[in-house]
Amino acid sequence: MLLEFEKPIADLEAKLADMKTLAEQSNVDVSDAVKKLEEKIHTLKEETFNNLTRWQRVQLSRHAERPYTLDYIYEITEDFIELHGDRLVADDKAMVGGFGNVDGQTIMFIGQQKGRNTKQRQMRNFGMANPDGYRKALRLMKLAEKFNKPIVTLIDTPGAFPGLEAEERGQAEAIAKNLKEMFMLKVPVICIVIGEGASGGALGIAIGDKVFMLENTWYSVISPESCSSILWRSWDYKEQAAEALKLTAHDMQGMKLVDGIIKEPLGGAHVDSKAMAKELKKVILKNIKELQKLSPEDRIDQRIEKFSSMGVVVE
Amino acid sequence: MAWFRRTEKGINTPTENKKEAPDGLWYKTPSGNIIHIRELKSNQYVCPDDDYHVRIGSKEYFEILFDNNQFTELDANMTSGDPLKFVDTKAYPSRIKETISKTELKDAARTAVGKMNGLDLVVTCMDFSFIGGSMGSVVGEKIARGINYSLANKIPFLMISKSGGARMMEAGFSLMQMAKTSARLALLSEAKIPYISLMTDPTTGGVTASYAMLGDFNIAEPDALIGFAGPRVIRETIGKDLPKGFQSSEFLLEHGFLDFIVDRRNLKTKLTTLLKMIQ
Repeated sequence: MLLEFEKPIADLEAKLADMKTLAEQSNVDVSDAVKKLEEKIHTLKEETFNNLTRWQRVQLSRHAERPYTLDYIYEITEDFIELHGDRLVADDKAMVGGFGNVDGQTIMFIGQQKGRNTKQRQMRNFGMANPDGYRKALRLMKLAEKFNKPIVTLIDTPGAFPGLEAEERGQAEAIAKNLKEMFMLKVPVICIVIGEGASGGALGIAIGDKVFMLENTWYSVISPESCSSILWRSWDYKEQAAEALKLTAHDMQGMKLVDGIIKEPLGGAHVDSKAMAKELKKVILKNIKELQKLSPEDRIDQRIEKFSSMGVVVE
Repeated sequence: MAWFRRTEKGINTPTENKKEAPDGLWYKTPSGNIIHIRELKSNQYVCPDDDYHVRIGSKEYFEILFDNNQFTELDANMTSGDPLKFVDTKAYPSRIKETISKTELKDAARTAVGKMNGLDLVVTCMDFSFIGGSMGSVVGEKIARGINYSLANKIPFLMISKSGGARMMEAGFSLMQMAKTSARLALLSEAKIPYISLMTDPTTGGVTASYAMLGDFNIAEPDALIGFAGPRVIRETIGKDLPKGFQSSEFLLEHGFLDFIVDRRNLKTKLTTLLKMIQ
């Protein structure tokens, strides 16, 4: 599954592969041509991926091959024990979590999980958690706090699930409670948007001492599609909506609504998911170390002050 | 020779000769009851025939709650910036400007401090007439400062919500108001100062999913629409019609998310009794 702007690159890469096989078969020296083509590919990649529109980044954030929460967790941790259930009604499979070991440090990982194929997507409810998912997340955070382990949340959701049972079981209350409780957690909390960060469904696990976004992700109050349908009364203005919402990692950092951007491999996280995971691991460990230098009270104060300063008003 | 028989059928008065009945004298409730505005006012804007709670704004709520309608407004001149230079079918600043002149409000919430039956109270109340009561930076900041005032002076905080949710034109900033208000409420909670959240018709989206659901006491007016997702979105998601009364105050009470439903005519008395009990 290629995105529109990935196609010219893929075409050239196919050509390069052909050239190499041909050279092998016919014993002709094409190293010059290969080198030229490789350079051309690299230039095209840089041109394409350094000039992505906001909508193109949204597309990348939803790329079919993009690594999901559990992909990163299994790549980063030496041991991972998944923990299930909210102890109230269910185990929400759109929200996963558990303790993992990273270079001798135990970390509580929590995140929304999307599915790779139709069956998985259904099981994971497309990464849209129910109230049970948010309550499970909070239960695991409290568990981490009890055993004094830092928390890392990985955010990747098109939104909290807007269903009948979700309302009956209090979707709004579940998210609201997480927001309030996360401010008071005594352990370090790092939040990383790894794909889609849609509105309250994302924020429900995204109150942290440090909030990062991967380079090709989005985080806003609404998806470009829904924004288009409400403000333009048509689904056709998603590109304009994406521009207007200023929802990319660069935008959000520029507005000081997130603390930093984690660079992706050229072409996106899916091109080299191992390298992406390695970078993620580096950022996580470095930040945990820094945050552990602060007292729990200072961390809480700074967390509250950071979010309290967000907003632009005229007086 | 019936002198009263109409010779011509229909209404033939040309438009320019039609006489206007003065506007705003009568109110018709959804079930068809007609009531004089003066009577409605003296009933806290509840129709006595069918108990219909008319949507009202901060002006009316302050009048209902504060003794002799005396209160001090906080941050009365705060207005919206345009951090995103947001343009949809209209530029955001002109949308704000038009709404200000149309509604005579500065934004979708006002905070006031005053006495309710002699008790000190801080109230932040939303105004639905201002861009659907949408929550942007101003709403979030006013709530945060209202809570700060409660904290500094140890006065109970009452939030009256009436909103379609977060304001799209402030995108990421609007989203973070959910976080900001929840942070302040966490501090209020630590300080053991009472927080009452009154949800009125409608309370949805990011507003419900933050401060509206975080009360020590979550209460609502009768038959208000309260939910996370809007009914249309849910209908589209599940591909079925929603059951009758879904997402109403009564539905939320039944599912355990409200402490009680309060008739607006008893609001002031009931809040006073409650606050006195926990003093």
